[in-house]
Parts: sequence; C-alpha cells; structure tokens
Amino acid sequence: MQLTNIETIPGKTIMAHYGIVSGSTVRAKHAGRDIMAGFKNIFGGELKAYTELLSESREEALARMQEQAKSLGANAIVNVRFSTSSVAAGAAELYVYGTAVSVE
Amino acid sequence: MIDLVINIVLIVIPIMLGYFFGRRIERRHYESIREREAQFASLMTTALKQPLEPQKVVTAELVSGSVVISIDYFKRFLAGLRNFFGGNITAYESLVDRARREAILRMKESAAGADEIINIRIETSSISKNSSKGNIGSVEVLAYGTALKY
Repeated sequence: MQLTNIETIPGKTIMAHYGIVSGSTVRAKHAGRDIMAGFKNIFGGELKAYTELLSESREEALARMQEQAKSLGANAIVNVRFSTSSVAAGAAELYVYGTAVSVE
Repeated sequence: MIDLVINIVLIVIPIMLGYFFGRRIERRHYESIREREAQFASLMTTALKQPLEPQKVVTAELVSGSVVISIDYFKRFLAGLRNFFGGNITAYESLVDRARREAILRMKESAAGADEIINIRIETSSISKNSSKGNIGSVEVLAYGTALKY
C-alpha cells in the first residue's frame, strides 16, 4: 500500500478512484504515565510516554485506513490528512483520512 | 500561619525547580536541534504540492514525526503574569518553536535516503490535564509530508 499526502503518486498513473477512506482511534492516558507526566510538568521538556502513545495510536489509525482501502481493492491512498481532537479531558481522538485509488 | 508558610513553599519550590531545570533542558534541546538541523540542511523540504524535479522521481512515501513537549512551572508562572498584563508570551513561543522544529527533524530522520520532502503539513494540538480550564500544559506537534527519492 502506497501512501502520499499529495494528489498524485509521482511517476504513476491513477487508474481508478474508490472514494474516501478513514481510520480513527480514541486513546485515554495511562494512569502511571499520567503521574510521570505530572512530574515532568514541573521541569518541562519532552513527555516521551505521550509521544510514544500518540504515535502508536496514529499507526493504529493508519492501519485501519489501509485495511479499509485494501477491502475496496485499492493499492494506494493519496492526499492523506491527519487530524487530532480531544474528545474529553484525558482522551484524544486521532483521525486519518485520504482517497483510495489504484495505480498501475 | 504555618499553613500559609507551607502553602507558599509548595508554590515556590516547583517554580524554582522549573526555573533551574527547565532552563537547562531548554538550552540543551536547542543545542541538539541546531546541531541536527545543520546535519539535515541538505534535505530539501517544501510546502509545495509539486516536486522540484518531477521527471526524476522514483518513489514517494508518507513520512511523519511527532513530539509532545511540556512547559515548566516557572514559565507557566510567567505566562500567568503575562496573561494579566497582556503582550507576547515568550515562554510559550519558545515551547511551540522547539516542538515544531523537533517534529520536523524527526520527520526528516524517518525519511532515510530521501532526496526531497514535499507538501509538509504541521499540526499542533494542546494536551492538558484540565482542558476545560484552557491552560496549556503541553503541546503535541505532528509534521508530515511526502518523501521522494530520485
């Protein structure tokens, strides 16, 4: 599965469009990680646990989107966009969407 | 009276810790950012949708990098004062600047062997414990784009 966030795949011709595909995950923060993050809040700096948590969740959303595209018979997704929204305090939704296409 | 003293100590200690450690962490982070930016300076990154040399492109791949950075207590305290008087909140400016540059660097690091990264999008979202209160505790920055190989 080939992914790009531009309208085409350079050097390839798009044969068919399958419409929009998307994947999302809603993740809550882990209590233990939250306590560590509380300490980090005093000193500042990177919250590695959160960075990992969010990138894992985003991978998950990407995998779900690719699965959906595969079931449609697509072999590439173009114009991929990420979006993040906080649903409730302590939980974040990670959403990814794009257009499923098949290229030669 | 004792209660008052304890309360003041509980407020002052995190601010002092934030001042000493926060400044050190930020200085080190900026050093590392500048070093790696120089290292990756030759990798062309644009916000354009078209490659600079379209006829040479062989592969295209989605790449991304993200980071969550928290502000320290001292800066939060400063920002609280600034909120009262108005004006630039330099404390937060450097926070988001660090986060954006770090996210872009991580994106570049994940695009090993690429010759150009196009259509870069940068997304910022604030993560805080009490989002209802609206105080920025930490920011997450995600940078993504399409890495091209010639």
